Amino acid sequence: MSATAVAHVDDHAHDDHGHHHHKETFVTKYIFSQDHKMIAKQYLITGLIMGTIGIAMSLLFRMQLAWPGESFPIFEALLGKWAPDGVMDADMYLALVTIHGTIMVFFVLTAGLSGTFSNLLIPLQIGARDMASGFLNMLSYWMFFTSSVIMVISLFVEAGPAAAGWTIYPPLSALPMAQPGSGMGMTLWLVSMAIFIASSLLGSLNYIVTVLNLRTKGMSMTRLPLTIWAFFVTAVIGVISFPVLLSAALLLIMDRSFGTSFFLSDIFIQGEVLHYQGGSPVLYEHLFWFLGHPEVYIVLLPALGITSEVMSTNARKPIFGYRAMIASILAIAFLSTIVWGHHMFISGMNPFLGSVFTFTTLLIAIPSAVKAFNYITTLWKGNLQMNPGMLFSIALVSTFITGGLTGIILGDSTLDINVHDTYFVVAHFHLVMGISALYGLFAGVYHWFPKMFEGRMMNKNLGYVHFWVTAVCAYGVFFPMHFVGMAGVPRRYYQNTNFPMFDELTDVQVLMTVFALIAGAAQLVFLYNFVSSMFYGKKGPKNPWKSNTLEWTAEMKHIHGNWDGPIPEVHRWAYDYSKVDANGEYIIPGQDFVPQTVPLQDDEEELNH
Amino acid sequence: MTTALTLIVLVLVGIAIWQMTKIFELSQLKTQNAQIANDSDNKNQGYLMFAFLIFIYGITIFSFWKYAKFLLPESSSAHGEEYDFLMLVSFVIIFIVQTITQALLHYFGYKYRGKEGNKALFYADNDRLEFIWTIIPVIVLAGLILWGLYTWTNIMDVNDEDDPLIVELYAQQFNWTARYGGADNVLGGANVRMIDIDRANVLGLDESDSYASDDVIVKELHLPVGRKVNFKMRSQDVLHSAYMPHFRAQMNCVPGMTTEFSFTPIKTTAEIRQDPDVIAKVERTNKIRAERAANGEDNSDPWEYDYVLICNKICGTSHYNMQMKIIVETQEEYEEWMKSQQTFSQTIASMQ
Repeated sequence: MSATAVAHVDDHAHDDHGHHHHKETFVTKYIFSQDHKMIAKQYLITGLIMGTIGIAMSLLFRMQLAWPGESFPIFEALLGKWAPDGVMDADMYLALVTIHGTIMVFFVLTAGLSGTFSNLLIPLQIGARDMASGFLNMLSYWMFFTSSVIMVISLFVEAGPAAAGWTIYPPLSALPMAQPGSGMGMTLWLVSMAIFIASSLLGSLNYIVTVLNLRTKGMSMTRLPLTIWAFFVTAVIGVISFPVLLSAALLLIMDRSFGTSFFLSDIFIQGEVLHYQGGSPVLYEHLFWFLGHPEVYIVLLPALGITSEVMSTNARKPIFGYRAMIASILAIAFLSTIVWGHHMFISGMNPFLGSVFTFTTLLIAIPSAVKAFNYITTLWKGNLQMNPGMLFSIALVSTFITGGLTGIILGDSTLDINVHDTYFVVAHFHLVMGISALYGLFAGVYHWFPKMFEGRMMNKNLGYVHFWVTAVCAYGVFFPMHFVGMAGVPRRYYQNTNFPMFDELTDVQVLMTVFALIAGAAQLVFLYNFVSSMFYGKKGPKNPWKSNTLEWTAEMKHIHGNWDGPIPEVHRWAYDYSKVDANGEYIIPGQDFVPQTVPLQDDEEELNH
Repeated sequence: MTTALTLIVLVLVGIAIWQMTKIFELSQLKTQNAQIANDSDNKNQGYLMFAFLIFIYGITIFSFWKYAKFLLPESSSAHGEEYDFLMLVSFVIIFIVQTITQALLHYFGYKYRGKEGNKALFYADNDRLEFIWTIIPVIVLAGLILWGLYTWTNIMDVNDEDDPLIVELYAQQFNWTARYGGADNVLGGANVRMIDIDRANVLGLDESDSYASDDVIVKELHLPVGRKVNFKMRSQDVLHSAYMPHFRAQMNCVPGMTTEFSFTPIKTTAEIRQDPDVIAKVERTNKIRAERAANGEDNSDPWEYDYVLICNKICGTSHYNMQMKIIVETQEEYEEWMKSQQTFSQTIASMQ
């Protein structure tokens, strides 16, 4: 560590007493808070509200798919004029699919997951009093909040919300005459996303600076918990790729509102030729997926980081292959920025480019496989404490494998030809990034709930029920879905009844929908558990999971600055679980964990993993 | 009816959840930190982990048993046979890996469930193990990559060897049109700016281009069996995707550019209808449709198996019903059919 950083830590030690005494008002404490712990909770709760909307939408369109054209009072109640006599309108179906994707990918799994846990854990686990810039952090949250509000408002515009799919490919998204949702709804979508991107950039820059500069004394990069590595690398990918999405959005706004032709050319629609000339939708696809694919890892890496930490703690074992895990994260991050073209094998792009992207895409399977094997080995000969967070972590590895394996098919340009844009893809990415990342989110919430709510714990039995119902239903929905895709059913179809060749698949659709509805009900159990534990949860011990990391040495009661006394000093890595000395005794007698703050014992060797 | 059924299911699920919570609660000893897993939780959850492994295998077997017959029949195009074989090999590899890794993951979850006083093994690293499970995926994936790329290059090489039939697939919201090069097998120039609906020039053909005059524009795609077809895709409004699942063929249609795909159909429509899998599928489907007819529902006419071109890129309201029938027939039948079609110049002339 550099001398300046050490000096900085000393600095903090001196001014420990004195700056906590200013009085906080309701507004500065709960609303425009600059405290990372409060901002984390704001992110989480906003994310959960958006998640509730997103999941509810998926249940509505799953019902339409299982019982096409059927009249449901709930459609009429929730969709109003978009469900005349309770039958869902075809444009509304596309809008629901679009907004479901947008909300889940960006608002829940990017902001809700990464925003929550990066904010909560980065300062606490590296031993910092707060983020590098509390103000930027606050700004980041409020921009995220604004973009969420705009996205929700867009659901209520006259012609309906954006409905061109979450990838909003032009010309469909650019021309209001191509689709009702491409009018005001799409404008609001683009504005909301532009603000979201700015929010994400502010957050990411803050995370990067904090991890690089504010680590406490002794916390070298190779002693960081894997959570921090994951959040750090995620932020780097975000900074690299999100600006490209902003450029795509800006150019699309130009095409829509100012008559430019970046993405449009030779269009004849509704009886007239439009003036656009020389643009290409393929250009948009490149720009979109330049973010879109790294986005998958922006969603997934934090979940994997959380899993590493939760699994190691609950297995009472060090994470297997710590350095290999870091190397995998870095390899995945690097490769993730050069694989975007596998979404475009059949877009009309030069087939040679397709070959290159096949190569890089299948390469990314290697670090992913290493991670999966390392998780499995971490469980081997452990003393597994089956807390709800642990169950979700194990399940994450399970869905990550199941979903990841089918990626070998989709990443192969040849095999992609016939399953591209079918339900096979939908099944693949829901398992590998959707469900896996959600499991990471749940694992994190169950594990760090006591840290967020001053020692209160979530009810474990409700947690178990939530877990098992969700785990069974997730496979129940997405496993049969592969077969629907292999039968050739395209995604984003309002109904499949126009093709007799899909008639016999209706039963599968019903099965998937029933599983989805049950899974949706199980999330109510989680919401109830979350809210009631927030107020009435039993307080547990300060370090309930007997964990090594620094956040459990911080005060239970939330204070600005995290530690009442000096910032702790770190003497070892985060994974000395069940470490024994030469005589086979635990390093600290009677305790199977050695917190990072404990100095190396006389006869102890620091294993450089 | 379904609403009531759904409601009942939801209520029952609610009761089940409540009961499950009670069971978990009753099975626990009253200890101080009730919200942290104790030995009995570890035991119960460990057993459930094992049960979950059986569930994963169960749903896999169930899906294969019930749904494998829904998959597309054997490929009807020449390159599709290679495609199917590569797919099969990839699936075998996937299933081996899936079966082993899920077993290890969940079995360890069961086997090493925690117990007070048990000591976990401090095992942080093993270079040899990590090398092994890095190198195995490297070798397997290298094989798949090379094979895949070789096949891909062959499939995507659209060339004029073997006298291919040239066909344009023209997409618009929400239907398909096909255009043949006519006697000269050359497509006339076209652009959306030359579309003239009143004169029936719906595809924007260049009327002054002599190659265009013998072009044949149709709404049903007929292909002679055994002859290579080079498709040129165009779209006039938004992105579409020309997806011909039976031929393992797909290519996006992009406004402003022409995209290409090429395949050789190897089974006529008449032949595929004789395929045992297809006969069984038609039987099952027509049974469903007969039930619908009995209930007085629409969309219940008996169905005859056909190849089909479908749109597979979201394109607006009626995306779900953008299709064109494909008929593969013998050379003689094809020529017979082609003779009965009007050329572009005939169509234009008849409009005047």
